[in-house]
Amino acid sequence: MPKITYISHKGKINTVEVPNGLSVMEGALQNNIEGIDADCGGSMACATCHVYVSKNWLDKLEKTHDAEQDMLDMAYEPKKNSRLSCQIIVSDDLEGLEVTTPIKQT
Amino acid sequence: MIKTDAIIIGAGPTGLFAVHQLGIIGLKCEIIDNLDRAGGQCIELYPDKPIYDIPAIPECTGEGLTIGLLKQIEPFKTNFHLGQRVEEIKQENNLWTLKTNKGNIFSAPNVIIAGGVGSFEPRKLTLQEAEKYENSQIFYSVTNKNLFQKKKISIFGGGDSALDWALELSKTNEVTLIHRRSEFRGASHTLNEIKQKEKEGKILIKTPYNLKSIEGDKIMTGIEIEHEDGKTEKVKTDYILSFFGLIMKLGPIADWGLNIDKKIIPVNTETFQTNKEGIFAIGDICTYPGKLKLILSGFHEAALAARACFKRAKPNEKYRFEFTTGSKNIHDRLGVKK
Repeated sequence: MPKITYISHKGKINTVEVPNGLSVMEGALQNNIEGIDADCGGSMACATCHVYVSKNWLDKLEKTHDAEQDMLDMAYEPKKNSRLSCQIIVSDDLEGLEVTTPIKQT
Repeated sequence: MIKTDAIIIGAGPTGLFAVHQLGIIGLKCEIIDNLDRAGGQCIELYPDKPIYDIPAIPECTGEGLTIGLLKQIEPFKTNFHLGQRVEEIKQENNLWTLKTNKGNIFSAPNVIIAGGVGSFEPRKLTLQEAEKYENSQIFYSVTNKNLFQKKKISIFGGGDSALDWALELSKTNEVTLIHRRSEFRGASHTLNEIKQKEKEGKILIKTPYNLKSIEGDKIMTGIEIEHEDGKTEKVKTDYILSFFGLIMKLGPIADWGLNIDKKIIPVNTETFQTNKEGIFAIGDICTYPGKLKLILSGFHEAALAARACFKRAKPNEKYRFEFTTGSKNIHDRLGVKK
């Protein structure tokens, strides 16, 4: 199972195993990781699972769709490396992925 | 004070179907929602997105579902109290008294919370100093456009609201449209109009820029915006309009003494009652082992909560289960003509 690392805005590091096929958002919820709210449950209707992805990982992920970018406009302090974690699906290729959660969701 | 059998908080699909389930068993209700229209998340978040998992409806949109539910509850002539939020809830004997932020007071033995993930509120600018100017020079919606005449207006956002107001206000004001990325999301004719206005020098477009700081003391005089690459720029600004959509906030519900865990309320799956007698929670806001956040689950929850309301609303009557196909009582309530 790929290991995914969630880093809080304060630098607290949580590395957990997330089964292939789940989203990075679901991996966070299942492991009670703070900083990801996921109010809409993954239907890409809010922006409360917003994470920052490090540059070297950003290029390895599938590109964002327009709808995700539209939602990211609504996120708290979106940056160039912002993603919605509900749209990142875990696979073996993502072994070691690191995401950082923003100061707050909304 | 409005007295009724049940008060429903939230006019999303689950709340609307609760009206139906209460109605067919002969209970009256009033429904309250913070938005200015019914439909909840269906209408605010995905009015045009197709839904494929409503039983017997292979495909419908959030808007279509809402229209259908409203039609289905027409016979009950329920009062909708829209654009207001329930602020307080108090218990007196067997009755709950609710007060909204518009000062309306309701009393009933039953309260059904069908609040989804909370009430919708505009997403605000994240700069702390923005609060100081809110409703004087910074607005999250336009209620009086006459305020804006020959002013310098900075509009933030990349969606329909930002684009539409940029076009409208550019007729009589100097408008700067600022967005964090270069793509805008809007109808193609709107986008074309924006481009045209930019060419004519009627709208100044700044992308990819974010708001960095606000200048001024008692009165805001300008803003500083930051390009993606870090360079900054100053824009003289009399008014900021910010359109970053809506967020869902649990709001005052959190202070009502209900058991709440991570913004959701545990319920008993027989009655959908919360830890407070006479307060029920259904739809996305409730939780129990195996809970699925599906519209169809909300419908089931509404049906059971409505039956539980009957006992408290009519303690001296016995509830008798009836099917809508054959019950004369139900046909009368629905106004079915033979």
